[in-house]
Amino acid sequence: MMMALWQAFVVSTHNLLPWFDGVIATVLIILIKAFALIMPLMLVVAYFTYAERKMIGYMQLRIGPNRVGPRGWLQPIADALKLMTKEIIFPSKANIYLFLLAPVLAIAPAIAVWAVIPFAEGIFVVDLDVSLLYVLAIGSIGVYGIILAGWASNSKYPLLGALRSASLLVSYEIVIGFALVTVVMIAGSVNLNTIVEAQRGGILHWYWLPLLPMMIIFFISALVETNRAPFDVVEGESEIVGGTHVEYSGMTFAIFFLAEYANMILMAVLAVLLFFGGWHSPFMGIPYLEFMFSWVPGIVWLLAKSSFFMFLYLWVRATFPRFRYDQIMRLSWKVFLPITIIWIFVVALMTQLKLGVWFG
Amino acid sequence: MEFEQILFYIFSFWFVASSLAMIFSRNAAKAVLFLILAFFSAASIWILLEAEFLAIILILVYVGAVMVLFLFVIKMLNIDKSTLRAKFAGYLPLGLVVAAVIVAEMILVLGSHQFGLEVVAAPARHSADYSNITVLATQLYTTYVYPFELAAVLLLIAIIAAITLVHQSQIKRKQQSISEQVKVRAKDRLRLISITSPNKKTKEVDGG
Repeated sequence: MMMALWQAFVVSTHNLLPWFDGVIATVLIILIKAFALIMPLMLVVAYFTYAERKMIGYMQLRIGPNRVGPRGWLQPIADALKLMTKEIIFPSKANIYLFLLAPVLAIAPAIAVWAVIPFAEGIFVVDLDVSLLYVLAIGSIGVYGIILAGWASNSKYPLLGALRSASLLVSYEIVIGFALVTVVMIAGSVNLNTIVEAQRGGILHWYWLPLLPMMIIFFISALVETNRAPFDVVEGESEIVGGTHVEYSGMTFAIFFLAEYANMILMAVLAVLLFFGGWHSPFMGIPYLEFMFSWVPGIVWLLAKSSFFMFLYLWVRATFPRFRYDQIMRLSWKVFLPITIIWIFVVALMTQLKLGVWFG
Repeated sequence: MEFEQILFYIFSFWFVASSLAMIFSRNAAKAVLFLILAFFSAASIWILLEAEFLAIILILVYVGAVMVLFLFVIKMLNIDKSTLRAKFAGYLPLGLVVAAVIVAEMILVLGSHQFGLEVVAAPARHSADYSNITVLATQLYTTYVYPFELAAVLLLIAIIAAITLVHQSQIKRKQQSISEQVKVRAKDRLRLISITSPNKKTKEVDGG
Protein backbone atom coordinates (compact mmCIF):
# COMPACT_ATOMS: atom_id res chain seq x y z
CA MET A 1 0.00 0.00 0.00
CA MET A 2 2.67 2.48 1.09
CA MET A 3 5.01 1.33 -1.66
CA ALA A 4 2.30 1.78 -4.30
CA LEU A 5 1.57 5.32 -3.07
CA TRP A 6 5.29 6.15 -3.16
CA GLN A 7 5.62 4.76 -6.70
CA ALA A 8 2.68 6.90 -7.79
CA PHE A 9 4.30 9.94 -6.19
CA VAL A 10 7.64 9.25 -7.98
CA VAL A 11 5.91 8.88 -11.35
CA SER A 12 3.83 12.03 -10.93
CA THR A 13 6.93 14.04 -9.91
CA HIS A 14 8.68 12.89 -13.05
CA ASN A 15 5.65 13.93 -15.13
CA LEU A 16 5.46 17.35 -13.47
CA LEU A 17 9.20 18.15 -13.75
CA PRO A 18 10.39 16.74 -17.08
CA TRP A 19 13.41 19.05 -17.56
CA PHE A 20 16.93 17.64 -18.12
CA ASP A 21 15.61 14.13 -18.84
CA GLY A 22 13.91 14.10 -15.44
CA VAL A 23 17.16 14.79 -13.59
CA ILE A 24 15.56 17.58 -11.57
CA ALA A 25 12.73 15.28 -10.52
CA THR A 26 15.28 12.58 -9.55
CA VAL A 27 17.27 15.05 -7.46
CA LEU A 28 14.07 16.25 -5.78
CA ILE A 29 13.08 12.68 -4.91
CA ILE A 30 16.56 11.98 -3.53
CA LEU A 31 16.26 15.10 -1.36
CA ILE A 32 12.86 13.98 -0.04
CA LYS A 33 14.31 10.53 0.77
CA ALA A 34 17.30 12.12 2.53
CA PHE A 35 14.98 14.35 4.56
CA ALA A 36 12.82 11.36 5.51
CA LEU A 37 15.97 9.59 6.71
CA ILE A 38 17.80 12.40 8.49
CA MET A 39 14.87 13.82 10.49
CA PRO A 40 14.03 10.57 12.34
CA LEU A 41 17.76 9.89 12.75
CA MET A 42 18.32 13.23 14.49
CA LEU A 43 15.29 12.61 16.68
CA VAL A 44 16.64 9.17 17.65
CA VAL A 45 20.03 10.72 18.39
CA ALA A 46 18.42 13.34 20.63
CA TYR A 47 16.43 10.76 22.60
CA PHE A 48 19.36 8.35 22.68
CA THR A 49 21.27 10.95 24.72
CA TYR A 50 18.25 11.17 27.04
CA ALA A 51 18.08 7.38 27.32
CA GLU A 52 21.80 7.29 28.06
CA ARG A 53 21.57 9.80 30.90
CA LYS A 54 18.46 8.16 32.34
CA MET A 55 19.75 4.56 32.13
CA ILE A 56 23.21 5.30 33.45
CA GLY A 57 21.48 7.28 36.17
CA TYR A 58 19.44 4.27 37.24
CA MET A 59 22.48 2.00 37.01
CA GLN A 60 24.31 4.33 39.39
CA LEU A 61 21.25 4.66 41.68
CA ARG A 62 20.48 8.21 40.59
CA ILE A 63 17.35 9.50 38.89
CA GLY A 64 18.86 11.28 35.92
CA PRO A 65 17.31 14.31 34.18
CA ASN A 66 13.78 14.88 35.50
CA ARG A 67 13.24 18.66 35.52
CA VAL A 68 12.39 19.67 31.94
CA GLY A 69 8.94 18.43 30.98
CA PRO A 70 7.22 15.36 32.45
CA ARG A 71 9.92 12.90 33.65
CA GLY A 72 12.50 14.98 31.83
CA TRP A 73 11.11 14.11 28.38
CA LEU A 74 11.98 17.55 26.98
CA GLN A 75 15.59 17.50 28.23
CA PRO A 76 17.18 16.82 24.78
CA ILE A 77 15.20 19.67 23.23
CA ALA A 78 16.34 22.01 25.99
CA ASP A 79 19.95 20.85 25.49
CA ALA A 80 19.73 21.47 21.74
CA LEU A 81 18.33 24.99 22.28
CA LYS A 82 21.03 25.75 24.84
CA LEU A 83 23.85 24.61 22.56
CA MET A 84 22.41 26.49 19.57
CA THR A 85 22.26 29.79 21.41
CA LYS A 86 25.73 29.52 22.93
CA GLU A 87 28.60 31.57 21.57
CA ILE A 88 31.19 29.80 19.40
CA ILE A 89 34.66 30.72 20.61
CA PHE A 90 37.65 30.52 18.28
CA PRO A 91 41.09 30.00 19.79
CA SER A 92 43.19 33.03 18.81
CA LYS A 93 45.86 31.08 16.92
CA ALA A 94 43.57 28.43 15.47
CA ASN A 95 43.25 27.84 11.77
CA ILE A 96 39.65 29.09 11.44
CA TYR A 97 38.79 27.34 8.16
CA LEU A 98 40.03 23.93 9.26
CA PHE A 99 38.62 24.57 12.74
CA LEU A 100 35.14 24.96 11.20
CA LEU A 101 35.66 22.25 8.59
CA ALA A 102 36.38 19.61 11.26
CA PRO A 103 32.80 19.29 12.64
CA VAL A 104 31.45 19.21 9.08
CA LEU A 105 33.83 16.37 8.21
CA ALA A 106 32.68 14.54 11.33
CA ILE A 107 28.92 14.79 10.71
CA ALA A 108 28.80 14.48 6.89
CA PRO A 109 30.10 10.87 6.65
CA ALA A 110 28.11 9.87 9.75
CA ILE A 111 24.92 10.80 7.86
CA ALA A 112 26.02 9.81 4.34
CA VAL A 113 26.61 6.21 5.47
CA TRP A 114 22.88 5.82 6.18
CA ALA A 115 22.10 6.12 2.46
CA VAL A 116 22.78 2.41 1.82
CA ILE A 117 21.31 0.95 5.03
CA PRO A 118 18.21 -1.17 4.30
CA PHE A 119 15.54 -0.88 6.99
CA ALA A 120 13.17 -3.55 5.72
CA GLU A 121 12.50 -5.43 2.54
CA GLY A 122 12.51 -2.73 -0.15
CA ILE A 123 12.90 0.21 2.25
CA PHE A 124 16.24 1.94 1.55
CA VAL A 125 17.50 5.11 -0.09
CA VAL A 126 19.91 3.40 -2.51
CA ASP A 127 20.46 -0.28 -3.27
CA LEU A 128 24.19 -0.14 -3.91
CA ASP A 129 25.91 -3.31 -5.09
CA VAL A 130 28.96 -2.61 -2.90
CA SER A 131 27.01 -1.22 0.06
CA LEU A 132 29.06 -2.90 2.80
CA LEU A 133 32.29 -1.53 1.31
CA TYR A 134 30.60 1.87 0.99
CA VAL A 135 29.77 1.78 4.71
CA LEU A 136 33.41 0.97 5.53
CA ALA A 137 34.82 3.56 3.13
CA ILE A 138 32.59 6.47 4.14
CA GLY A 139 32.79 5.45 7.79
CA SER A 140 36.58 5.68 7.64
CA ILE A 141 36.37 9.33 6.56
CA GLY A 142 34.85 10.32 9.90
CA VAL A 143 38.32 10.15 11.48
CA TYR A 144 39.31 13.33 9.61
CA GLY A 145 36.84 15.32 11.66
CA ILE A 146 38.64 14.32 14.87
CA ILE A 147 42.18 14.64 13.45
CA LEU A 148 41.50 18.07 12.00
CA ALA A 149 39.75 19.23 15.15
CA GLY A 150 42.86 18.30 17.10
CA TRP A 151 45.26 19.89 14.66
CA ALA A 152 43.34 23.09 13.86
CA SER A 153 42.67 23.93 17.52
CA ASN A 154 46.39 24.63 17.99
CA SER A 155 46.27 23.35 21.55
CA LYS A 156 48.07 20.51 23.28
CA TYR A 157 45.23 18.34 24.61
CA PRO A 158 43.28 18.28 21.34
CA LEU A 159 46.48 17.32 19.52
CA LEU A 160 47.10 14.43 21.92
CA GLY A 161 43.51 13.28 21.52
CA ALA A 162 43.77 13.48 17.74
CA LEU A 163 46.97 11.45 17.67
CA ARG A 164 45.36 8.74 19.80
CA SER A 165 42.27 8.77 17.62
CA ALA A 166 44.18 8.47 14.35
CA SER A 167 46.18 5.44 15.47
CA LEU A 168 43.22 3.74 17.17
CA LEU A 169 40.80 4.13 14.30
CA VAL A 170 43.27 2.91 11.68
CA SER A 171 44.12 -0.22 13.72
CA TYR A 172 40.52 -1.09 14.49
CA GLU A 173 39.37 -0.52 10.91
CA ILE A 174 41.63 -3.43 9.94
CA VAL A 175 40.02 -5.63 12.60
CA ILE A 176 36.49 -4.66 11.54
CA GLY A 177 37.42 -5.23 7.90
CA PHE A 178 38.66 -8.75 8.62
CA ALA A 179 35.62 -9.54 10.77
CA LEU A 180 33.33 -8.44 7.93
CA VAL A 181 35.27 -10.59 5.44
CA THR A 182 33.88 -13.67 7.22
CA VAL A 183 30.31 -12.36 6.82
CA VAL A 184 30.96 -11.68 3.13
CA MET A 185 32.41 -15.20 2.77
CA ILE A 186 29.23 -16.85 4.09
CA ALA A 187 26.74 -14.58 2.33
CA GLY A 188 28.75 -14.46 -0.90
CA SER A 189 27.94 -10.79 -1.41
CA VAL A 190 28.89 -7.31 -0.23
CA ASN A 191 25.35 -6.06 -0.76
CA LEU A 192 23.63 -5.52 2.61
CA ASN A 193 20.25 -6.51 1.13
CA THR A 194 21.66 -9.82 -0.09
CA ILE A 195 23.46 -10.45 3.20
CA VAL A 196 20.20 -10.04 5.13
CA GLU A 197 18.26 -12.17 2.63
CA ALA A 198 20.89 -14.92 3.01
CA GLN A 199 19.99 -15.08 6.71
CA ARG A 200 16.31 -15.78 6.01
CA GLY A 201 14.93 -18.34 8.45
CA GLY A 202 14.70 -18.55 12.22
CA ILE A 203 17.07 -17.38 14.88
CA LEU A 204 19.47 -20.27 14.12
CA HIS A 205 19.86 -19.17 10.50
CA TRP A 206 21.39 -15.84 11.48
CA TYR A 207 25.15 -15.48 11.32
CA TRP A 208 25.73 -14.86 15.02
CA LEU A 209 26.20 -18.57 15.68
CA PRO A 210 28.88 -19.57 13.12
CA LEU A 211 30.52 -16.17 13.56
CA LEU A 212 30.17 -15.79 17.32
CA PRO A 213 33.78 -14.63 17.95
CA MET A 214 33.54 -12.24 14.97
CA MET A 215 30.33 -10.77 16.32
CA ILE A 216 31.91 -10.09 19.71
CA ILE A 217 35.00 -8.61 18.06
CA PHE A 218 32.81 -6.48 15.79
CA PHE A 219 30.90 -5.08 18.75
CA ILE A 220 34.06 -4.29 20.75
CA SER A 221 35.71 -2.71 17.70
CA ALA A 222 32.56 -0.67 17.13
CA LEU A 223 32.98 0.70 20.65
CA VAL A 224 36.50 1.83 19.73
CA GLU A 225 35.47 3.24 16.35
CA THR A 226 32.80 5.39 17.97
CA ASN A 227 35.10 6.52 20.83
CA ARG A 228 32.86 5.07 23.47
CA ALA A 229 33.72 3.99 27.01
CA PRO A 230 35.67 1.90 27.99
CA PHE A 231 37.79 2.89 24.96
CA ASP A 232 37.17 6.65 25.03
CA VAL A 233 40.85 7.60 25.39
CA VAL A 234 40.34 10.18 22.60
CA GLU A 235 38.29 12.25 25.03
CA GLY A 236 39.77 10.83 28.21
CA GLU A 237 38.48 13.48 30.62
CA SER A 238 40.75 12.41 33.45
CA GLU A 239 43.91 12.33 31.30
CA ILE A 240 43.64 14.89 28.51
CA VAL A 241 40.75 17.06 29.76
CA GLY A 242 38.37 16.48 26.85
CA GLY A 243 40.60 15.50 24.00
CA THR A 244 39.74 16.85 20.60
CA HIS A 245 36.76 18.93 21.66
CA VAL A 246 38.48 21.03 24.33
CA GLU A 247 38.43 24.19 22.22
CA TYR A 248 34.97 23.68 20.74
CA SER A 249 31.87 25.34 22.15
CA GLY A 250 28.20 25.72 21.34
CA MET A 251 26.96 24.17 18.13
CA THR A 252 30.41 23.14 16.85
CA PHE A 253 30.76 21.00 19.98
CA ALA A 254 27.24 19.62 19.60
CA ILE A 255 27.90 18.52 16.02
CA PHE A 256 30.73 16.24 17.16
CA PHE A 257 28.31 14.58 19.55
CA LEU A 258 25.60 14.28 16.89
CA ALA A 259 28.16 12.48 14.71
CA GLU A 260 29.27 10.20 17.56
CA TYR A 261 25.72 9.15 18.43
CA ALA A 262 24.72 8.75 14.76
CA ASN A 263 27.73 6.45 14.37
CA MET A 264 26.76 4.47 17.47
CA ILE A 265 23.25 3.90 16.12
CA LEU A 266 24.76 2.97 12.76
CA MET A 267 27.04 0.38 14.33
CA ALA A 268 24.09 -1.10 16.25
CA VAL A 269 22.02 -1.36 13.06
CA LEU A 270 25.00 -2.78 11.18
CA ALA A 271 25.53 -5.46 13.83
CA VAL A 272 21.88 -6.47 13.44
CA LEU A 273 22.06 -6.50 9.63
CA LEU A 274 25.23 -8.57 9.53
CA PHE A 275 24.86 -10.97 12.44
CA PHE A 276 21.23 -10.89 13.64
CA GLY A 277 19.15 -11.36 10.53
CA GLY A 278 18.24 -7.71 9.87
CA TRP A 279 14.51 -7.32 9.48
CA HIS A 280 13.70 -11.04 9.72
CA SER A 281 11.47 -12.21 12.54
CA PRO A 282 13.24 -14.37 15.15
CA PHE A 283 10.23 -16.72 15.21
CA MET A 284 10.50 -17.67 11.55
CA GLY A 285 10.15 -21.45 11.18
CA ILE A 286 8.56 -22.02 14.61
CA PRO A 287 5.03 -23.43 14.00
CA TYR A 288 2.62 -21.22 16.02
CA LEU A 289 4.77 -18.25 16.97
CA GLU A 290 5.61 -17.49 13.35
CA PHE A 291 1.94 -17.05 12.50
CA MET A 292 1.23 -15.05 15.66
CA PHE A 293 3.95 -12.51 14.86
CA SER A 294 3.60 -12.43 11.08
CA TRP A 295 1.75 -9.08 11.23
CA VAL A 296 4.81 -7.29 12.70
CA PRO A 297 6.52 -5.25 9.96
CA GLY A 298 10.21 -5.97 9.33
CA ILE A 299 11.35 -2.49 10.33
CA VAL A 300 10.00 -3.08 13.86
CA TRP A 301 12.16 -6.19 14.26
CA LEU A 302 15.19 -4.29 12.94
CA LEU A 303 14.66 -1.39 15.33
CA ALA A 304 13.95 -3.69 18.28
CA LYS A 305 17.14 -5.68 17.72
CA SER A 306 19.16 -2.49 17.20
CA SER A 307 17.77 -1.03 20.43
CA PHE A 308 19.26 -3.98 22.28
CA PHE A 309 22.71 -3.19 20.87
CA MET A 310 22.25 0.50 21.62
CA PHE A 311 21.42 -0.50 25.19
CA LEU A 312 24.61 -2.61 25.29
CA TYR A 313 26.62 0.53 24.51
CA LEU A 314 25.19 2.25 27.59
CA TRP A 315 25.48 -0.84 29.77
CA VAL A 316 29.17 -1.26 28.84
CA ARG A 317 29.81 2.42 29.54
CA ALA A 318 28.32 2.19 33.01
CA THR A 319 30.16 -1.07 33.81
CA PHE A 320 33.80 -0.96 32.73
CA PRO A 321 36.61 1.44 33.69
CA ARG A 322 38.61 3.07 30.90
CA PHE A 323 41.32 0.97 29.21
CA ARG A 324 44.88 2.21 29.09
CA TYR A 325 45.93 3.36 25.62
CA ASP A 326 48.63 0.72 25.04
CA GLN A 327 46.24 -2.01 26.21
CA ILE A 328 43.75 -1.01 23.52
CA MET A 329 46.47 -1.14 20.88
CA ARG A 330 47.61 -4.55 22.12
CA LEU A 331 44.03 -5.81 22.05
CA SER A 332 43.71 -4.84 18.40
CA TRP A 333 47.02 -6.04 16.95
CA LYS A 334 47.91 -8.99 19.15
CA VAL A 335 44.53 -10.40 20.13
CA PHE A 336 41.76 -9.47 17.69
CA LEU A 337 43.73 -9.53 14.45
CA PRO A 338 45.05 -13.10 14.91
CA ILE A 339 41.60 -14.33 15.96
CA THR A 340 39.94 -12.79 12.90
CA ILE A 341 42.54 -14.24 10.55
CA ILE A 342 42.19 -17.70 12.10
CA TRP A 343 38.40 -17.45 11.86
CA ILE A 344 38.63 -16.66 8.14
CA PHE A 345 40.28 -20.07 7.71
CA VAL A 346 37.67 -21.68 9.97
CA VAL A 347 34.89 -20.19 7.82
CA ALA A 348 36.64 -21.42 4.68
CA LEU A 349 36.71 -24.89 6.22
CA MET A 350 33.03 -24.67 7.21
CA THR A 351 32.17 -23.62 3.65
CA GLN A 352 34.00 -26.65 2.28
CA LEU A 353 32.21 -28.99 4.70
CA LYS A 354 28.86 -27.28 3.98
CA LEU A 355 28.20 -27.06 7.68
CA GLY A 356 24.73 -26.45 9.14
CA VAL A 357 22.11 -24.24 7.54
CA TRP A 358 24.43 -21.33 6.80
CA PHE A 359 26.54 -22.74 3.99
CA GLY A 360 24.30 -23.74 1.13
CA MET B 1 25.02 18.49 -23.13
CA GLU B 2 23.91 15.49 -21.14
CA PHE B 3 23.65 15.56 -17.39
CA GLU B 4 26.37 12.93 -17.03
CA GLN B 5 28.73 15.11 -19.07
CA ILE B 6 28.05 18.06 -16.79
CA LEU B 7 28.88 15.87 -13.79
CA PHE B 8 32.06 14.69 -15.49
CA TYR B 9 33.23 18.25 -16.07
CA ILE B 10 32.41 19.26 -12.49
CA PHE B 11 34.40 16.34 -11.05
CA SER B 12 37.27 16.87 -13.50
CA PHE B 13 37.42 20.54 -12.60
CA TRP B 14 37.62 19.66 -8.91
CA PHE B 15 40.21 17.02 -9.64
CA VAL B 16 42.53 19.39 -11.53
CA ALA B 17 41.89 22.32 -9.17
CA SER B 18 42.53 20.32 -6.01
CA SER B 19 45.67 18.72 -7.48
CA LEU B 20 47.05 22.17 -8.33
CA ALA B 21 46.06 23.50 -4.92
CA MET B 22 47.85 20.55 -3.30
CA ILE B 23 51.10 21.38 -5.09
CA PHE B 24 50.95 25.11 -4.50
CA SER B 25 49.74 25.13 -0.90
CA ARG B 26 52.36 26.21 1.63
CA ASN B 27 50.81 24.34 4.52
CA ALA B 28 51.51 20.59 4.55
CA ALA B 29 48.25 19.72 6.33
CA LYS B 30 46.23 21.69 3.77
CA ALA B 31 48.14 19.96 0.97
CA VAL B 32 47.05 16.58 2.35
CA LEU B 33 43.43 17.77 2.53
CA PHE B 34 43.56 18.90 -1.10
CA LEU B 35 45.02 15.52 -2.03
CA ILE B 36 42.04 13.87 -0.32
CA LEU B 37 39.70 16.06 -2.38
CA ALA B 38 41.60 14.98 -5.50
CA PHE B 39 41.11 11.32 -4.55
CA PHE B 40 37.42 11.93 -4.06
CA SER B 41 37.06 13.57 -7.46
CA ALA B 42 38.94 10.68 -9.08
CA ALA B 43 36.65 8.21 -7.31
CA SER B 44 33.60 10.12 -8.57
CA ILE B 45 34.89 9.94 -12.15
CA TRP B 46 35.44 6.19 -11.75
CA ILE B 47 31.87 5.80 -10.55
CA LEU B 48 30.73 7.60 -13.72
CA LEU B 49 32.75 4.93 -15.58
CA GLU B 50 30.74 2.22 -13.74
CA ALA B 51 33.86 1.10 -11.84
CA GLU B 52 32.20 1.49 -8.43
CA PHE B 53 34.30 -1.20 -6.74
CA LEU B 54 37.59 0.49 -7.66
CA ALA B 55 36.21 3.88 -6.67
CA ILE B 56 35.18 2.68 -3.23
CA ILE B 57 38.47 0.84 -2.70
CA LEU B 58 40.30 4.06 -3.63
CA ILE B 59 38.43 5.90 -0.88
CA LEU B 60 38.72 3.03 1.62
CA VAL B 61 42.47 2.50 1.20
CA TYR B 62 43.87 5.88 0.28
CA VAL B 63 41.49 8.30 1.97
CA GLY B 64 40.57 6.07 4.89
CA ALA B 65 44.02 4.77 5.82
CA VAL B 66 47.00 6.13 3.88
CA MET B 67 46.08 9.79 4.15
CA VAL B 68 45.27 9.43 7.85
CA LEU B 69 48.85 8.22 8.38
CA PHE B 70 50.13 11.13 6.24
CA LEU B 71 48.30 13.60 8.48
CA PHE B 72 49.56 11.72 11.52
CA VAL B 73 53.18 12.17 10.39
CA ILE B 74 52.68 15.80 9.38
CA LYS B 75 51.35 16.64 12.82
CA MET B 76 54.47 15.16 14.40
CA LEU B 77 56.85 17.05 12.10
CA ASN B 78 57.94 20.57 12.72
CA ILE B 79 58.61 21.76 9.19
CA ASP B 80 60.93 24.76 8.99
CA LYS B 81 59.88 26.62 5.86
CA SER B 82 62.98 28.85 5.57
CA THR B 83 65.38 25.93 5.07
CA LEU B 84 63.04 24.46 2.49
CA ARG B 85 63.06 27.73 0.53
CA ALA B 86 66.85 28.09 0.75
CA LYS B 87 67.35 24.75 -0.96
CA PHE B 88 64.65 25.43 -3.54
CA ALA B 89 66.84 27.60 -5.85
CA GLY B 90 69.66 25.06 -5.84
CA TYR B 91 67.45 22.19 -6.94
CA LEU B 92 65.48 24.26 -9.46
CA PRO B 93 67.48 23.44 -12.68
CA LEU B 94 67.54 19.70 -12.00
CA GLY B 95 63.90 19.74 -10.98
CA LEU B 96 62.90 21.54 -14.19
CA VAL B 97 64.73 18.95 -16.32
CA VAL B 98 63.06 16.05 -14.49
CA ALA B 99 59.65 17.72 -14.76
CA ALA B 100 60.12 18.34 -18.50
CA VAL B 101 61.07 14.70 -19.09
CA ILE B 102 58.07 13.44 -17.10
CA VAL B 103 55.66 15.76 -18.94
CA ALA B 104 57.08 14.67 -22.33
CA GLU B 105 56.68 11.00 -21.37
CA MET B 106 53.14 11.56 -20.16
CA ILE B 107 52.21 13.32 -23.41
CA LEU B 108 53.64 10.42 -25.41
CA VAL B 109 51.85 7.75 -23.38
CA LEU B 110 48.69 9.47 -22.20
CA GLY B 111 48.14 12.02 -24.98
CA SER B 112 44.75 12.40 -26.61
CA HIS B 113 45.98 10.62 -29.74
CA GLN B 114 46.12 7.40 -27.71
CA PHE B 115 42.69 7.62 -26.11
CA GLY B 116 40.33 9.18 -28.65
CA LEU B 117 37.04 7.45 -29.42
CA GLU B 118 38.50 6.51 -32.83
CA VAL B 119 41.37 4.61 -31.13
CA VAL B 120 39.48 2.96 -28.27
CA ALA B 121 35.79 2.17 -28.62
CA ALA B 122 33.46 3.49 -25.94
CA PRO B 123 32.90 0.83 -23.23
CA ALA B 124 29.59 -0.98 -23.39
CA ARG B 125 26.87 0.16 -21.01
CA HIS B 126 25.67 -2.36 -18.44
CA SER B 127 22.25 -2.65 -16.88
CA ALA B 128 21.59 -1.72 -13.27
CA ASP B 129 21.83 -5.31 -11.99
CA TYR B 130 25.30 -5.84 -13.50
CA SER B 131 27.65 -6.71 -10.65
CA ASN B 132 31.03 -5.15 -11.22
CA ILE B 133 32.53 -6.77 -8.12
CA THR B 134 31.47 -10.33 -9.05
CA VAL B 135 33.06 -10.05 -12.50
CA LEU B 136 36.25 -8.63 -11.02
CA ALA B 137 36.42 -11.31 -8.32
CA THR B 138 35.86 -14.12 -10.82
CA GLN B 139 38.70 -12.84 -13.01
CA LEU B 140 41.00 -12.26 -10.06
CA TYR B 141 40.50 -15.63 -8.39
CA THR B 142 40.38 -17.85 -11.49
CA THR B 143 42.33 -16.50 -14.47
CA TYR B 144 44.79 -14.34 -12.56
CA VAL B 145 45.03 -16.26 -9.28
CA TYR B 146 48.82 -16.80 -9.42
CA PRO B 147 49.78 -13.17 -10.16
CA PHE B 148 47.31 -12.16 -7.45
CA GLU B 149 48.87 -14.50 -4.88
CA LEU B 150 52.37 -13.41 -5.91
CA ALA B 151 51.45 -9.76 -5.32
CA ALA B 152 50.07 -10.72 -1.90
CA VAL B 153 53.28 -12.55 -0.97
CA LEU B 154 55.34 -9.56 -2.16
CA LEU B 155 53.33 -7.25 0.11
CA LEU B 156 53.76 -9.65 3.03
CA ILE B 157 57.54 -9.66 2.50
CA ALA B 158 57.51 -5.85 2.42
CA ILE B 159 55.60 -5.73 5.72
CA ILE B 160 57.97 -8.17 7.43
CA ALA B 161 61.00 -6.31 6.03
CA ALA B 162 59.71 -2.99 7.34
CA ILE B 163 59.11 -4.44 10.81
CA THR B 164 62.54 -6.12 11.00
CA LEU B 165 64.23 -2.88 9.87
CA VAL B 166 62.62 -1.02 12.76
CA HIS B 167 63.55 -3.74 15.27
CA GLN B 168 67.17 -4.12 14.14
CA SER B 169 68.74 -1.50 16.41
CA GLN B 170 70.33 -2.56 19.70
CA ILE B 171 68.73 0.25 21.69
CA LYS B 172 66.99 -1.04 24.79
CA ARG B 173 63.34 -0.16 24.61
CA LYS B 174 60.95 0.41 27.46
CA GLN B 175 58.30 -2.22 27.08
CA GLN B 176 55.26 -3.27 29.03
CA SER B 177 55.15 -6.92 29.97
CA ILE B 178 51.43 -7.54 29.90
CA SER B 179 51.62 -11.08 31.27
CA GLU B 180 53.50 -9.87 34.35
CA GLN B 181 51.00 -7.04 34.80
CA VAL B 182 48.11 -9.49 34.65
CA LYS B 183 49.76 -11.96 37.03
CA VAL B 184 50.20 -9.36 39.79
CA ARG B 185 48.12 -9.90 42.92
CA ALA B 186 47.35 -7.40 45.63
CA LYS B 187 49.83 -8.94 48.11
CA ASP B 188 52.74 -8.41 45.64
CA ARG B 189 52.28 -4.65 45.60
CA LEU B 190 50.57 -3.78 48.85
CA ARG B 191 51.93 -4.23 52.35
CA LEU B 192 49.95 -3.31 55.41
CA ILE B 193 51.98 -2.14 58.40
CA SER B 194 50.63 -1.14 61.74
CA ILE B 195 52.50 1.96 62.93
CA THR B 196 52.56 3.04 66.51
CA SER B 197 52.37 6.77 66.92
CA PRO B 198 55.26 8.07 69.12
CA ASN B 199 53.38 10.94 70.88
CA LYS B 200 50.07 9.24 71.46
CA LYS B 201 49.33 6.19 73.44
CA THR B 202 49.78 2.94 71.54
CA LYS B 203 46.80 2.33 69.29
CA GLU B 204 46.27 -0.65 67.06
CA VAL B 205 46.09 0.41 63.41
CA ASP B 206 43.51 -1.56 61.60
CA GLY B 207 45.01 -2.37 58.25
CA GLY B 208 42.47 -2.65 55.50
